[in-house]
Amino acid sequence: MTQGLQGPRPEERPHPDGRRNAQGERIDPVAEAAQETRQATVSALVEHEPGVLSLVSGLFSRRQFNIESLTVGPTTVDGHARITLVVEETDAGIDQIKKQLAKLKPSIAVGELGTDAVRAELVLLKVQGHEPDKVHAITQMYEGQTLDAGPRTITVQITGDQRKIDDAVDAFRQFGIIEIARTGQTALARGDTPTTPGESPAASAESTAPANSTPNSDQ
Amino acid sequence: MSERATSSYQEPTEEQPPEQSKQKPVTNGAQSVVRALENAGVTHLFGVQGGAIMPVYDALYDSEMTHVMMAHEQSAAHAADAYGIVSGKPGVCLATSGPGATNLVTGIADASMDSDPMIALTGQVPSDMVGSDAFQETDTTGVTAPITKANYFASDTDTVGDVVGEAFAMAATGRQGPTLVDLPKDVTNAPTDREPGPARTPSTYNPRTDPDDEAVETAATALANAEKPVILAGGGVIKANATAELREFAIAHEIPVVTTMPAVGAFPEDHELSMEMAGMHGTGYANMAITHCDVMLAVGTRFDDRLTGGVDTFAPEAEIIHIDIDPAEISKNVYADYPVIGDAGTALSRLHEAIPGEPDADEWREQCQTWKTEYPMDYGTPDDEPLKPQFVVEAMDAATDADTIVTTGVGQHQMWAVQYWTYTEPRTWVSSHGLGTMGYGLPAAIGARLAAREDQAVVSFEGDGSFLMTLQELSVAVRDNMDITVCVLNNKYIGMVRQWQDAFFEGRHSASDYGWCPEFDKLAEAFGAKGFRVDEYDEVADTIEAALDYDGPSVIDFHIDPGANVYPMVASGGANGLFALSEDQL
Ligand SMILES: Cc1ncc(C[n+]2csc(CCOP(=O)(O)OP(=O)(O)O)c2C)c(N)n1
Repeated sequence: MTQGLQGPRPEERPHPDGRRNAQGERIDPVAEAAQETRQATVSALVEHEPGVLSLVSGLFSRRQFNIESLTVGPTTVDGHARITLVVEETDAGIDQIKKQLAKLKPSIAVGELGTDAVRAELVLLKVQGHEPDKVHAITQMYEGQTLDAGPRTITVQITGDQRKIDDAVDAFRQFGIIEIARTGQTALARGDTPTTPGESPAASAESTAPANSTPNSDQ
Repeated sequence: MSERATSSYQEPTEEQPPEQSKQKPVTNGAQSVVRALENAGVTHLFGVQGGAIMPVYDALYDSEMTHVMMAHEQSAAHAADAYGIVSGKPGVCLATSGPGATNLVTGIADASMDSDPMIALTGQVPSDMVGSDAFQETDTTGVTAPITKANYFASDTDTVGDVVGEAFAMAATGRQGPTLVDLPKDVTNAPTDREPGPARTPSTYNPRTDPDDEAVETAATALANAEKPVILAGGGVIKANATAELREFAIAHEIPVVTTMPAVGAFPEDHELSMEMAGMHGTGYANMAITHCDVMLAVGTRFDDRLTGGVDTFAPEAEIIHIDIDPAEISKNVYADYPVIGDAGTALSRLHEAIPGEPDADEWREQCQTWKTEYPMDYGTPDDEPLKPQFVVEAMDAATDADTIVTTGVGQHQMWAVQYWTYTEPRTWVSSHGLGTMGYGLPAAIGARLAAREDQAVVSFEGDGSFLMTLQELSVAVRDNMDITVCVLNNKYIGMVRQWQDAFFEGRHSASDYGWCPEFDKLAEAFGAKGFRVDEYDEVADTIEAALDYDGPSVIDFHIDPGANVYPMVASGGANGLFALSEDQL
């Protein structure tokens, strides 16, 4: 009768030399394991039903995805909405985000936008009103609009890509920014490319629904 | 022994939806809910009554479906979960709003982690009171959103039955999982004559079952070129009813098979190609096989960390082919070189057709057999030592048929039950894998009992700690005269914790030593079940015999060696190949 488990001790066993990185990819033992993150814009066409946004935000918090901005609004189809997300993650992380989003029940289609996509963000800025002329000049420079001007404050609106907004915010700092509200980026694919797979782009004003329902990812 | 309550329990017969002609027309929302379940072929439900779910229970009064009245909602969920595992069809549990619904949460989370098909129906306060912190109100859909595959707040009486049908279809389709429908009391009470339509998944949900040809072909070539191939079968193989395809494939190509814990039974453990279970408490040979393979065909697994250990050392030299119905599982934890998205059975058959030749792996197969002789599963059994739990598991296995269903709690006993029992059939191993829920065993045995064939035995292995968590369900087993044999592997410790404390916390037994436990045999008798107690080796066989012979629930309190430990063991986050065979190797 043996006494319990037998066999060579751990250090006496043969061991492979290979290794994987944190994403589970096999790596050259000498190569570095760390992966760079990148910014990605993900667009999700969803059923516009109560709770969608909380499902999406819940997904992001529980899976610890790094979210930069999230915008949501209806499309031309009754009951559909588009969610645009900007995320900063590794390639593997971005891939997971797209697949996990596609799994949500209200999700119709999910796509990642290329670098040439059309993107815009809106910012409202409330600045000190001491130098209205200068404020006006900067507003014009950034093709913005003055929404409210009083003796003490001026509120302007600027739209554009993230870079332009960042620059504009910098330019307004000289007047003393009192309050700021940014919407986060929203985006569509350029030209004929559908923003989410299967979505028919310029076809009609009535429908953004996938022409013939593409196989959706599992759940 | 006290008199058992008379039995209202009947073994399931051939399951068919009740004939339409017997059904009275629907007159309210609750009846529509019940009708939807009947139409979906549901025959059993597990639940607990309460104010907000009463309309549904009232509608059930006229139904042919068998409702099992549980003692606690957590158990209702576990019973439904186990029913789903054994039958392959969603198990159904019911609870009232508020505390009823929150008591389901552990069971729902458990089903979610293990992708078990299950549907939970919860009562809710009337719609006009939702959001007011009304009596017994909880935001049930909010609470369960992260632990359900889909959940629904039913707001319309006319469509409530359709919603239940959709929830049922969602639970059963693609990657299975738990769904929930929250039912406000006014919605179930309100009149409607709308009959629910057939159970359907929503149009946005179209899981891909047929894998892509090119993906199959490249994967097949990679496998054919392997010198050290291994199949890693996950729970998805059983969920997809693909055990026949798996067996055929592995045997035809002579590829060793390792299973994850949920896949135990997918491949016969007495077959030469079986390496049994890998992972933290897997066999040494399974862990050697996955550590040294050069191509791994992983099917329906999510690469849980209890399986992989540290990902950096997991199958470090292997190219991985990953078959899964859920694209989000591909490269989630371990990168897949060859992803194949689709149904496990379909994908395995397609791979079988596409494989250009046999892997040239004679040497590797020999190596695998050598590991089996180098690291056999064994334990010492001198008669003068306190009773060894492994001996009890083996004795129970020997005394029962091959298709006996085993359920467990969570802890050391769970690991002995998986290590020392030889599983040869799918859907006979029912345990809490991903969530690791103590107290799962007895309610799971109840659910399994109702899904099993009448002549199929159901045995539950429990730790003293796990048993103490849900043993009130003995009342249910006695009331409905369920033939279940509970084996408590009683070490008077919450043993798995004690084992870790000995290994990693200098033996400081903080809150792991019960010191005193109730006498489980007498407790069983108090519930009206049959109770036995075993201290010695020579009592084991006869007592097992007597307990199995007893027609009804019985409990054997095995007083085992309190110092017995579970080995092999891979330290958490460690390398599978470095499994320890005893404490001094950790
Ligand atoms: C609900 C729950 N609480 C706590 C734990 C943590 N835990 C894991 S194993 C274990 C000990 C189990 O003790 P017992 O059921 O007596 O089984 P044994 O390990 O002694 O066989 C504990 C406390 C758990 N898994 N589940």
